[in-house]
Amino acid sequence: MEDVIIGLEIHVQLNRLQSKLFCGCSTQYHNSEPNTHTCPVCLGLPGSLPVLNRKAVEYGIKVGLALNCQIEEETLFYRKNYYYPDLPKGFQISQYDFPLATKGRILIKGEDGLERDIRITRAHMEEDPGRLVHAGTIDRAKYTMVDYNRCGMPLLEVVTEPDLRSPKEARAFLDKLKIILEYLDVFDGSLEGSMRVDANISLRGGDRTEVKNISGFKGVEKALFYEITRQKNLQRRNIKVVQETRHFDELHSITVSIRSKEEAHDYRYFPEPDLVPMRIANWVPAIKATLPELPDAKRERFVKEYGLTDDHAKSLTSEIKVANFYEAVASRAAPRLSAVWIADVLKGELNYRDLGIEAFKAEDMVEIVNMLAANKITEYEVVEIIRTILDKGESPEISKTHKKSYSADITIVHEIVKAKGLGKAEDDAVQKAVREAVAENAAAIADYRAGSERALNFIVGQVMKKTRGKADPGEVHRLVKAEVEKA
Amino acid sequence: MLAELKERLRVGSAEEYLSQLFEKIEKSSLNAFTTLARESALRRAREFDKKPGQGLLAAVPIAIKECISTKGIETNCSSRILRGYIPPYDAHVIERLKAEGAIIMGKTNMDEFAMGTSTETSCFGPTKNPWDPGCVPGGSSGGSAACVAADEAPCSLGSDTGGSVRCPASFCGIVGLKPTYGLVSRFGLVAYANSLEQIGPLTHTVEDTALLLEVISGHDGRDSTSAEKGSYLQGLKDGVSGLKIGIPKEYFGEAVGEGVDESVEKAVWDAVSVLEGLGARWQEVSLPHTKFALAAYYVIAMSEASSNLARFDGLRYGLRQGEDRDWHTTFSEIRSLGFGPEVKRRILLGTYALSAGYYGRYYLKALKVRTLIKDDFLRAFKNVDLLASPTMPIPAFKIGERINDPLSLYMADVFTVPINLAGVPAISVPCGFAGHLPVGLQLMGPHFGEATVLRAAHAYEAATPFHEAKPEVV
Repeated sequence: MEDVIIGLEIHVQLNRLQSKLFCGCSTQYHNSEPNTHTCPVCLGLPGSLPVLNRKAVEYGIKVGLALNCQIEEETLFYRKNYYYPDLPKGFQISQYDFPLATKGRILIKGEDGLERDIRITRAHMEEDPGRLVHAGTIDRAKYTMVDYNRCGMPLLEVVTEPDLRSPKEARAFLDKLKIILEYLDVFDGSLEGSMRVDANISLRGGDRTEVKNISGFKGVEKALFYEITRQKNLQRRNIKVVQETRHFDELHSITVSIRSKEEAHDYRYFPEPDLVPMRIANWVPAIKATLPELPDAKRERFVKEYGLTDDHAKSLTSEIKVANFYEAVASRAAPRLSAVWIADVLKGELNYRDLGIEAFKAEDMVEIVNMLAANKITEYEVVEIIRTILDKGESPEISKTHKKSYSADITIVHEIVKAKGLGKAEDDAVQKAVREAVAENAAAIADYRAGSERALNFIVGQVMKKTRGKADPGEVHRLVKAEVEKA
Repeated sequence: MLAELKERLRVGSAEEYLSQLFEKIEKSSLNAFTTLARESALRRAREFDKKPGQGLLAAVPIAIKECISTKGIETNCSSRILRGYIPPYDAHVIERLKAEGAIIMGKTNMDEFAMGTSTETSCFGPTKNPWDPGCVPGGSSGGSAACVAADEAPCSLGSDTGGSVRCPASFCGIVGLKPTYGLVSRFGLVAYANSLEQIGPLTHTVEDTALLLEVISGHDGRDSTSAEKGSYLQGLKDGVSGLKIGIPKEYFGEAVGEGVDESVEKAVWDAVSVLEGLGARWQEVSLPHTKFALAAYYVIAMSEASSNLARFDGLRYGLRQGEDRDWHTTFSEIRSLGFGPEVKRRILLGTYALSAGYYGRYYLKALKVRTLIKDDFLRAFKNVDLLASPTMPIPAFKIGERINDPLSLYMADVFTVPINLAGVPAISVPCGFAGHLPVGLQLMGPHFGEATVLRAAHAYEAATPFHEAKPEVV
C-alpha cells in the first residue's frame, strides 16, 4: 500500500480538566440530562464573554511537549465563522496563526515492521461544539435535537503531516497518541466521543478526500479501508477522484459525499477580540518539569533496567497503569519472570474479562511469581490462581475477605493454593512415586535401556499420575533418569 | 443633581418620585423607552421607603440601554430578531448598580444593535429629540440621552462603540462619557464591535457621571479585557489651573469630511477660551491619521459585527416565525425577517471584509491604521494633558434627513470614532447652542485618564450655564 497517503486530524477532549474551556461549567456531563451542563457563556447568550481556562492551555502545552513540538512564544485565539445548529455563537473559538504547538513527531511501528517518525504539523486548542441527536439517520431524520452539554469542552486538535501509508499505520498512530495522552493524565479515552478523527486520504498522484468525524479507532481503520478501495476502483475505471468532504456511515461501513470543494466553507478567521494574546514561552519550563516519563523512554528503560525483550517492554508500557503495576511487582520479584507472566498471561486474562489492571493486586502477583521462582507451584497452577483471583476478586464481597485475609497474614494466593490443593507435592512424595513407577514398569525400563526415549516419558507420565500432576515434569524427568541409572 | 436627588428620596418618597417619572413617560411622545420595569422598580422603591438602604445610588432610578442584559427584563437591542428575549442574568454593570441601591426603571430605545447615529434604525421607530421633536436625538444611545434630557429619568447608561454615548449626549444637551477601553466590564453588553465598545453614563452633570463611573467601573473576572478602576469623585473639583489642552487641527474647519458647522465651531472655541480663563493653556496639535479613522472604524466594526450577530438564528431565543423547515432555510428566513436594512448592510460588508482574499486588504489593513491612530494620540498626550474638539461636527439633524444616505450618516461620526479606535476616554459636555439645538464639547484624555477628563469637564461646567438649560418638552 505504498501508494496510499493518509493524514489525520484528531480532536482530543481534554476531559481530565474540571471545567470547560471558556466558562466554569463542569466537564463531567456524560450520563447527564441534555442541556444541564450549560451557562450563558457556553450557550453563547447575547452579552456573554469567554474567559480562558488557563489550566487547559497548560494541558495543551503538556501534550505539545510530549509530542516533541515547538511551543509558540505567544499564542492567541481566532474565531472560525460558520453556521451550524450545534454552534450557538455562529462561530467556534479556535486557533489559526500561532497555534499552541507546531512541528512535532510521534514514533510508530510502520507497516514494514520498522519504527518511523510521523510528523505532527500542529496542535491547537478549540472549543467543542454541542451534539446533534438526529431522530433517525442524518439524511432521513424528521427533526434533530441539540444537546449543548458538550459545548465548550476543551479540545486539542492534533494535525499530522500526510505521513501514514495504510489504515493499519493510522491505527498504530492513534494507539500511540492515546497512550501518550493517558500517560499525561489529560485524557480519559473511555468516555464517549473523547477522540474524533478526520482523515485525509489520497492515492499517489490523485486528489484527496476528507472523511469527517469518525469516532473509534476501528471506525477509522474501516473508513480508511473503504475509502482506499473506493479510490482504487475509481482509478482502475479511469475516473478522477473528486476533492470533497465525506461522511463515514458507521452502520454500513461506507463513506458518502457530503460537500464538494466548491461548497467548501470560508471560515473568515479573525482574532477573537474578547480574549487577549498570551505569552506562553515562560510557562514552558515549569510544565516541562512536570512531564512524566513517556512510553518510549519507559520502554527503553525497561529493556535496559530489567533486561526485558522489546515486545514485553512495549506491552508493559502500553498503559501507564500496567507499567506502574509491573514496576511494583518487579521491585519484589524476578523482573523477567514477572514481565512474562504479566505481559503474556495476566494482560490476556484481564482483557478476556474486560477488566483493567486495577482488578489485580501487585502483592498477589509478587507472591505468585516468587512461588513459581521457588518451584513451589507449577506454570499450570499459576494460570489457575490468576483466573481464580480474577473470577472471585471482582466482587467487593471477596475483596473484603481478601483484605481480611491479609490482616490475618494469610494471603488470597495462599488460600487458593490451600483450597484447591495446589502446590507441588513434597519431595519425598515425588521420590516415592518415582521409585514405585520405576519398580512397577520393568518392561518400559528395558525399552529405555534399548534406546527408547518415549519409554522414559511413559514412566514420567506414571509419576505425574501418582502425584496428581503436582510434581514438576522437568524435575520428575531428571529423577526418573537418575533412578533408572541407579538401578 | 444625583446627590440632591438622593437626599430628596431619603426624606421624601422614592415610590412617589418613581411614579411621577412613569406617569411622565406614559404621556411622553419622545419614544425614549422600549420596556418599562414598572412593577419591579416600584417594588424596590417601596422597599426603600420602608427601610432606606445605603449605597452610592440608593433608590436612584436609572434607565438602561436596550443592549445591556437585565435579568428578567427583555433585552432586544431594538431588533425584531431579539423580541421576547429575557436574559437569565444581569450584566456586570447592572449587578454593580443594584449593589449600590439603584433602581432599574426600564430599557431605552437605540439604533438596532447600536448600528447608527440617529436611533432611527430601531424596530420601535425613532426616538425624538426633546429640543426639537422633528430632530433625531443622536445615536445609537438615543433613548438613554433623550430620557435624561427630558427628565424622564435622572440618569442612564448607554454604550459607545464609535460615539454612541457622546453623540446623543451632544445632540440632547447632556453629559456623556466613553470610558477607557477595559475600564467598565462588557460582561452582559450585547456585542456590536467588541474591541471598540464601552458602557458609559449619560447624566445632567459631570459630577453625576463621575458618580456613575465610580459605581460601574472596575475589574470583572468575566471580561478578559477588564482593568482596575481609579478614583473619580476625589479631586473632581480641583480645577484646570496649569492643565495643557491640545486642539487637534484635523478636528476643525474643513479639515475632515463635510466640514464643521460654524456655530458648533464657535461654541467649541468659546469653550476653549473659558478653560483658558480658568487657568488652562492650549496649543494646536496634530492627529495626522484622523482622515483614515472612519474607514478603519467601519471595517473593524462591521467585521466584528458580522461575526457577533451570527448567533441570532432563532433556534434558542428570539424571533421564531412560521413553520420550521430544514436548518438553513429556517435560519435564513428568520434572519431576513429579523434584521433591519442597516444591520444587514453591516453584516454583508463585514462578511465581505473578512472573506478569504480580502482579509489582508481590509481587516488587517484597518488594524494597522488603528495602530497608527492610537500612536497619534499617544504622541499628542506626551505634550498635552487633554484634547478638546467638537463632539459632533453638526447639531442634531432632522428625522429622515440622512437615514437613506448611509455615507453621510457615517461621516457624522468623524470626531468620535478615532477615540474608540485608540481606546482612550472622552466626555461630551454641553457647550452652547447652534440655533435652538445643543452643541457638545468633547474632552479626550490618555488611557485611564478619566480623573483628569472629569476634572476639566467639571471646571468648565461650573463656569458655564449650558448644563442647566432645559428643553421645552412637548
